[in-house]
Amino acid sequence: MTVLFTQDHEWIRVDGDIATVGITNHAQEQLGDLVFVELPEVGRKVAKGDAAVVVESVKAASDVYAPVDGEITAVNDAVAGEPALVNSGAEGDGWLWKMKLADPSQLDGLMDAKAYASMIA
Amino acid sequence: MTDTGDLKRLPLEELHVAAGARFGGFAGWSMPLTYPPGVMKEHLHTRRAAGLFDISHMKLILVEGPQAAALLRRACPLDPEALELTQSKYSFFLTEEAGIIDDLIITRLGPERFMVVANAGNAATDVAHLTSLAEGFDAKVKPLDRVFLALQGPAAASIAAKAGLDISGLTFMHGVEPRPGWFMSRSGYTGEDGFEIGVPPEDGAGLAEALLAGGEAMWIGLAARDSLRLEAGLCLHGQDITPETNPVDAGLMWAITKPVREAGGFVGAKALAALTAQGPRSKRVGFRPEGRQPVRAGAKLFDADGNPAGDVTSGGFGPSAEAPVAMGYVPTALAAPGTTLFAEVRGNRLPVSVHSLPFVPHRYFKG
Repeated sequence: MTVLFTQDHEWIRVDGDIATVGITNHAQEQLGDLVFVELPEVGRKVAKGDAAVVVESVKAASDVYAPVDGEITAVNDAVAGEPALVNSGAEGDGWLWKMKLADPSQLDGLMDAKAYASMIA
Repeated sequence: MTDTGDLKRLPLEELHVAAGARFGGFAGWSMPLTYPPGVMKEHLHTRRAAGLFDISHMKLILVEGPQAAALLRRACPLDPEALELTQSKYSFFLTEEAGIIDDLIITRLGPERFMVVANAGNAATDVAHLTSLAEGFDAKVKPLDRVFLALQGPAAASIAAKAGLDISGLTFMHGVEPRPGWFMSRSGYTGEDGFEIGVPPEDGAGLAEALLAGGEAMWIGLAARDSLRLEAGLCLHGQDITPETNPVDAGLMWAITKPVREAGGFVGAKALAALTAQGPRSKRVGFRPEGRQPVRAGAKLFDADGNPAGDVTSGGFGPSAEAPVAMGYVPTALAAPGTTLFAEVRGNRLPVSVHSLPFVPHRYFKG
């Protein structure tokens, strides 16, 4: 299993042709306390760069983009009920959605953990 | 990350950096937005104990001289001579069309001496406006460089007393000069009891340390300042009130006494009289979105039939209300609390109910 990162502070963990997506710990720190998460419908097809989720902090709403093309196969209902889960476990329990990859070669354009860490440093 | 390179720096910036503040731009200043506890804890701590806010971006303007009162009488819909010594009043600078240039707190410090507290974003405009009006009056307009701190919350009075400030006899909306160059008023913008204290820059760090010393007060950033004032139903100039809104529509005529309205003579008096005669076209109200999704500034409102029904001017999540809260303008016919309207958010229309302001009761110390 590989975890990759985007310039927009999403992470994507790939397991076969299914990937789990969330926002990075750095992103949740920047956003502050989340109070609302708007999840997509299962079955929705998204293209790389589409706003798939909206996370809302006390102060502002922010889009979370699909890192690659694919179809949403599951959403994390727990974070809809308790948005603070994204703050406490952004890269774990606070995952946002799972998707079936349309084109695994798109993963080549993403960063590994080391590259992402140096980007936010 | 917000680029804060060209922004003005707070005199106490080093203290905020040391406290772990995250900075962002606001009204031309690099301001602490949050500290490590985060907006939610900062907000709740202020309501439960006390918060310390660096509001040095706001401007203190001293107006003094034999015609200081006459100048302010011309500049604001206010009778400065009617203020007792130490009394503060909420007022405005208006355009000739009665639009709100800025909202202000004016305190009478002496027979010929007044302190005007102005918003950061309008400070330069305010000083220029007042200075230009001052021509022909025997009065001086002196913008001051001060470290300005707000201590807010139910523990504010005991913390201030422990820090050596003499707050005896100081009630809500009164202000004094406890030492040369110092200005302290019992006021604030959170709905809680508290103080705003302006001191010369060299006294700033010492004051902040004294107020934080007991560990009861903690630094609070601009993010929580906004959620606190929104729950308290207080207007943010530039958002809820602007030069395009007037005190009649904004529901702020309580700040203008009847004798002042009748006497006129202030900038904007004529237009204000016409607006008053015509009656409010809209009303500023609160909104409680149903559910958990916040409705934010700029959202359009619609009635049940889909007709336009006003705008949201401030909105977010209220940590003490434990729900989303918002403020905005609606036609007077739709302003009754409990009226259901619909706010457009990302293409969806979310039900919101009109709510009286404030969302959280004010707890001012009135003596």
